Amino acid sequence: MSTVALPATAPAARSGSRAWRRFRRHRLALFGIAAIVLLVLASIAGPWLIPFDQLHIDIRNRFAPPLVGGHLFGTDPLGRDLLVRLLMAGRISLTIGFAAMLVSTAFGTVIGISAGYYGKAIGVALMRFVDAMLCFPQIFLLLVLAAFIQPGVVTVTLIVAATSWMEVARVVQGQVRSLRERDFILAAEMLGASGRYVMFRELLPNAIGPIIVAGTLTVARAILLEAYVSFLGYGIQPPLASWGNMLNNAQQYLGSAPWLAIFPGLMITLAVTSFNFVGDGLRDALDARLDLN
Amino acid sequence: MANFLLGRLMQSLVLLLLVSMIGFAVLHLAPGGPLAQFALTPGLTQADLARIAHEMGLDRPLPVQYWEWLTRLLEGDWGHSYRDNRPVLAVIAGRLPATLELMVSALLIAVLVGVWIGIMGAIRRYSIFDMLATIGAMIALSIPTFWFGLIVIYVFSLHLEWLPPGNRTTIGGGGGFLDYLHHLIAPAVVLALVEVAIWSRYMRASMLDVINQDFIRTARAKGLPQRTVLVHHALRNALLPMIALAGVEIPTLLGGALVTETVFTWPGMGRLLLDSLGYRDYPVVMGILMFSALLAVLGNLVADLLAASADPRIRLT
Repeated sequence: MSTVALPATAPAARSGSRAWRRFRRHRLALFGIAAIVLLVLASIAGPWLIPFDQLHIDIRNRFAPPLVGGHLFGTDPLGRDLLVRLLMAGRISLTIGFAAMLVSTAFGTVIGISAGYYGKAIGVALMRFVDAMLCFPQIFLLLVLAAFIQPGVVTVTLIVAATSWMEVARVVQGQVRSLRERDFILAAEMLGASGRYVMFRELLPNAIGPIIVAGTLTVARAILLEAYVSFLGYGIQPPLASWGNMLNNAQQYLGSAPWLAIFPGLMITLAVTSFNFVGDGLRDALDARLDLN
Repeated sequence: MANFLLGRLMQSLVLLLLVSMIGFAVLHLAPGGPLAQFALTPGLTQADLARIAHEMGLDRPLPVQYWEWLTRLLEGDWGHSYRDNRPVLAVIAGRLPATLELMVSALLIAVLVGVWIGIMGAIRRYSIFDMLATIGAMIALSIPTFWFGLIVIYVFSLHLEWLPPGNRTTIGGGGGFLDYLHHLIAPAVVLALVEVAIWSRYMRASMLDVINQDFIRTARAKGLPQRTVLVHHALRNALLPMIALAGVEIPTLLGGALVTETVFTWPGMGRLLLDSLGYRDYPVVMGILMFSALLAVLGNLVADLLAASADPRIRLT
């Protein structure tokens, strides 16, 4: 990277439209965007459009297979409509995914920028701390923290964020370190700009591409992590539904009512795959080095 | 090499120190901290608790407490399980073989299949195989491991009845190698899925890196057959970064093992962690947390040293 003398900042509008053109060519990313929009809209509006209440218990219709009695995706052990519960769960799971991404990306960005800008002792110490955090299996740390807290949407969001900011910090630190010695940063410093100004007004805007990419991939990770802790019983608690806790007791009905296990998993896979596709597309679109080819 | 070795060792020691600090912080985050064990015991007054806290040294400054905790850890005294009062290290050691068995088999599958997919993808870049492998890897990374486990149980255990739905051996059965293997297939494949995806992506990238270098062009220009160039020149070099990957992947693999063990009722460390969380058996929970991080640091160190001994270029950086 250091050998390529790119103009420090290309005019924003032009590089923006160029990135958009590259993104549009990435068919998987477009599929991902479409799927995410669909999932979000369905989660918001769906429960109103379906003539079943998510908590309405109908013992006579319990374990109805898909398509029976007007239940498109069947019913659960209490006779509740599975589709409505899936969409209500989508509200929770997607909200946690987005919120955990915002918190962890903000935190990771601050750590990464500080580490990259200050270099030397502070930077090394911060990045070593990141390395140490990465030594713990994420799911172990998450479960241990989850066991200490009162599980709820906010607390689960916070512990997911607390265990997934490290990747962002690494990406941002790397980016900042490569920008650190560029002329426009040196110029800003020579003009007497404060450290905070250089970090957040000069470095941050120029590191925004990798941050967006890492953030998108973090949403995918966060949805998966929430599903894991909720599946294991330490995350979102019933009657509040999340895709993870809907799978919680699906295992015991695997033989008799497999749809209880299949549909929530498909929703998770669809959501996570979509965010991964979009992240991949954004990485290709925002990578300025591709402009050279 | 001596300098490199010393530098890497120092790095690992610093890392271990930081890991222990994080562990200590988590320990004190627990509701009631190290006192949690007694907080639930009926008949203990606040005065009793304060006295116990004093006896355990909990009223002393945190750095002092940390130092004592660390020295005990280094002496191998990791505390005793609340449940049966056995030493934590013994409890972990009892569960470790099952987890290692699972991890090693999954890693083996991942290395063999992932490396092969990566090589083929790199050689036939942008071919249909490469496209499918790319998309497949991204989907594999997105499938929740526990759900994939459930689906495998549903298809191969409940419907086809080819594989047992869980456990390490047939309960009450005599065991034997084939019985072990039969029980191992499903959880190992489930755990391997994500790793296959990761290994294939890294292998593809590494192979592409090497293929575009001058010495490959030279080998081709000499008129060496394609196979010789790819296997003897490219593959040997492309495999080098993969050694380090095995070290980096340990935490991910352990985390995946936990989830897989839950679904397949596999009697390993992951299940132990979950059971201990259920019983609020904090010494065992902390022990597993510290042990897994220790494993990651040591695994990284070993992988780096192996990589350095295989590739002299690494030692110079």
